[in-house]
Amino acid sequence: MATKGTVRGVIANMVTLKVDGPVAQNEICYIETGGDRLMSEVIKVVGDNVYVQVFESTRGLKVGAPAEFTGHMLEVTLGPGMLSHNYDGLQNDLDKMTGVFLKRGEYTFPLDYEQIWHFKPLVAVGDIVMASDWMGEVVENFQKLKIMAPFGLEGRYTVKSVAAEGDYHINDTIAVIENGNGDSVNVNMIQKWPVKVPMTNYLEKPRPFKLLETGVRSIDTLNPIVEGGTGFIPGPFGTGKTVLQHAISKQAEADIVIIAACGERANEVVEIFTEFPELDDPHTGRKLMERTIIIANTSNMPVAAREASVYTAMAIAEYYRSMGLRVLLMADSTSRWAQALREMSNRMEELPGPDAFPMDISSIIANFYGRAGYVKLNNGQPGSITFIGTVSPAGGNLKEPVTENTKKVARCFYALEQERADRKRYPAINPIDSYSKYLDYPEFKQYISGIIDDDWTDKVNELKTRLQRGKEISEQINILGDDGVPVDYHVTFWKSELIDFIVLQQDAFDEIDAVTPLARQRAIVDRVISICRSQFKFDSFLEVIDWFKQVINMLKQMNYSKFESDQYREFEQKLQQLLDERKTA
Amino acid sequence: MTTKAFQKIYTKISQITKATCSLHAQDVGYDELALIDGRLAQVVKIEGDEVTLQVFQGTGGIPTDAQVIFMGKAPSLKVSDQLAGRFFNAYGDPIDGGPAVEGKEVEIGGPSVNPVRRKQPSELIATGIAGIDLNNTLVSGQKIPFFADPDQPFNQVMATVAMRAKADKIILGGMGMTNDDYLYFRNVFSNAGAMDRIIGFMNTTENPAVERLLVPDMALTAAEYFAVEKNEKVLVLLSDMTSYADALAIVSNRMDQIPSKDSMPGSLYSDLAKIYEKAVQFPAGGSITIIAVTTLSGGDITHAVPDNTGYITEGQLFLRRDTEIGKVIVDPFRSLSRLKQLVNGKKTRADHPQVMNAAVRLYADASNARTKVENGFDLTDYDERALAFAKDYSEQLLAIDVNLDTTQMLDVTWGLFGKYFKPDEVNIKSALVEQYWPKE
Repeated sequence: MATKGTVRGVIANMVTLKVDGPVAQNEICYIETGGDRLMSEVIKVVGDNVYVQVFESTRGLKVGAPAEFTGHMLEVTLGPGMLSHNYDGLQNDLDKMTGVFLKRGEYTFPLDYEQIWHFKPLVAVGDIVMASDWMGEVVENFQKLKIMAPFGLEGRYTVKSVAAEGDYHINDTIAVIENGNGDSVNVNMIQKWPVKVPMTNYLEKPRPFKLLETGVRSIDTLNPIVEGGTGFIPGPFGTGKTVLQHAISKQAEADIVIIAACGERANEVVEIFTEFPELDDPHTGRKLMERTIIIANTSNMPVAAREASVYTAMAIAEYYRSMGLRVLLMADSTSRWAQALREMSNRMEELPGPDAFPMDISSIIANFYGRAGYVKLNNGQPGSITFIGTVSPAGGNLKEPVTENTKKVARCFYALEQERADRKRYPAINPIDSYSKYLDYPEFKQYISGIIDDDWTDKVNELKTRLQRGKEISEQINILGDDGVPVDYHVTFWKSELIDFIVLQQDAFDEIDAVTPLARQRAIVDRVISICRSQFKFDSFLEVIDWFKQVINMLKQMNYSKFESDQYREFEQKLQQLLDERKTA
Repeated sequence: MTTKAFQKIYTKISQITKATCSLHAQDVGYDELALIDGRLAQVVKIEGDEVTLQVFQGTGGIPTDAQVIFMGKAPSLKVSDQLAGRFFNAYGDPIDGGPAVEGKEVEIGGPSVNPVRRKQPSELIATGIAGIDLNNTLVSGQKIPFFADPDQPFNQVMATVAMRAKADKIILGGMGMTNDDYLYFRNVFSNAGAMDRIIGFMNTTENPAVERLLVPDMALTAAEYFAVEKNEKVLVLLSDMTSYADALAIVSNRMDQIPSKDSMPGSLYSDLAKIYEKAVQFPAGGSITIIAVTTLSGGDITHAVPDNTGYITEGQLFLRRDTEIGKVIVDPFRSLSRLKQLVNGKKTRADHPQVMNAAVRLYADASNARTKVENGFDLTDYDERALAFAKDYSEQLLAIDVNLDTTQMLDVTWGLFGKYFKPDEVNIKSALVEQYWPKE
């Protein structure tokens, strides 16, 4: 018998229930009011008083309203038919909801019972299977999806029967399996998983090493992220967090992209589902939307569902990783999620930690980032979840709890800087403060020398050193004046400006410059490095400035031109003339 | 607000604070309204049979035996075409001497639009002000605040924008607005002969502060009626959202909530987002555009109110006095319209995005040159030219008294490029330079 409860008190979206039986922490219940059923989650139990956070507005809720517990935690429903869909934070299919406005208490099934899938078995009668083993395959859009043995399975099962290749619905039985005790399980294409529990259905989690190409030069070249890696992008508002995130999600070489819009603007979600169906995936030529899933809990949607949304997104990502796919998960922004936790903790009158955030914020963030990663599945195949979160630090101050705690766990740090944004130097990733720890991984060095060249990481370090040196000199020039430093100083400074303008700055709205494939990034870096290593002759700093501006302009025109096109060659020639004019050695 | 027959009347208040009253009552819904000796109050907490009410006008003078009548509904507004041309207080009662509005009664602060039922904004709102149209183009369905110190003429600029924007309805939500500014708006609107397009919900400095918490929801409920039911383009002006946030802080303080940054409630982000996210473009053509004002203290945008606002809104317009030309300008560095790329170069001339960025870059060079001057260093010839450019740019384009169309703005900018720079100093695609660089 399901446990029942009645409402005892209401403060905003926190409701106290009096219950008549056992309840579990994080269990889901539904409260009935005026014909609506409001989904809620248990967050605290004191005697027979159960505190729940309601995922909806509690307007009009009265003492005495009945509630019914479900016996399970918040779950996602997984199966073929999720790609290209727009879900809310609780995995309701937004397109299935009728009406312009979201109706309270309207829950829609995330999959489609009617749709037919062409199933190919991967197991035979008599095979042994364990939880998450691949039992069959269907194709969604262009992606081969695995149908897996139920995630919750314990021990070894023998396949008793398996459906022949053919067309099936998601709830048709595609196999019957049985364990040593004679317990048999009917397997269909649907899986359920509690979102807050990490899926650990893999053999091992080795260190990631493969570059995840994003087409963004200041990431791929300067601070690369890898398949199964973690990164975060903190930045004050207006520094281009969202533009950068969208660029990565459009261009990254991933099989599946999941975008969790967590407490952000609705128009940004609209932008994704307006543009992605039109845009091509640069790696497969298919439409971007075909590989994308959007989890939208926009800032005006109920706060409690905001926390759920990032977990929902992660559980879906883990589902695809179990199939051996490369998943990219983007969450914008994790600060809003932390704020949702703060609002609830405040209402429960818990003792606050720093900036009134809950005390366990650091472990919550660490555990979440820990769910990403590159794994070897039980059958030896690789799979990965690359996770990039944005952080919106209050007042742009990076010394706040969410940024600091994220910095402890994420391996890549892309610091967006107000000053660069003010000067329209986009992407406004600060080249000196940002880092990628993967650059130091020997596994990564070996991999990158295999696909680019042996001294690639040395060149990257040279770029960084030159940028740092340029910054120091610019400070000296500011103090001593243009005339107060030797002409050489100006040359060194302008070489760093050259790197900034040509390698770092990239126009996300220009058709060609927006995406730079790796081969082109290599060409740009090689050219810039060779100019930086050359000696030029100047009589005064004015000549330095004037000449470098021309060089920068020419290289910029090259960046805007199609790679190795006639126009590109033309600018290349003009550049060569410029270089020859001043070259000494 | 009238009472109905057979309503239960409570007369025993158990607790009174500055802003709230508590009493024992049954069958009360969360968010429900009540009248306490005729004053409007709203349920903010229910614990067993103890109900806590927030009294909008304050509790001064309320006796423990006051009559409390629950109204069985959340705050609401009667919507119909009769709203047009009228001014109301925070409760939606007329303050212009006219009759009460008849229409469908709608609860304010209603549900959010399903994101998949929105359309991507794509219509340019021309204001004639180059600091806006050229550098920070507005798009219908956008939400954007002015960030301004209290002494800056933000209400004037907002009124100008409202008059020039081609909106079907203009809804003004005044929160803590001075009576003088309220009269100023009324004057501007009536002088422009636009009164039939205007609706106002006013909480002036003479009214209780907590009342203004109702104003944005009232204004946006009216806006949703015209945008959804009538497919109209509605422009909502909210002045000033900092006063609104101050009222939130007062309430949360009196409810004993733990304050977060700058004494603001921890839920400030969600509270503001609920308002701003009502901005929307519907596929059927109706839209709600929100232009708000967030007053700053000494230009400090790290304060919790502008900071949270910046993360919610689609950009911000920063007003600043340029001492060199003695006029208020729209600051090109701190201002931003996040939706501009949806129209720039698409609904405007193709060179718009590059010209805009190049001009701001050159303006930044001028500001570096100014630092050199302040530090007593010699200026290069380029520095001198950048400074001269910046002055003209500020005067002819950034100043808020400019009134041009975007093509004129672009031509003026090219003219300034040609006057002060060489083509390779502006870093613009060569094809555009060839087409637009001023000929001798």
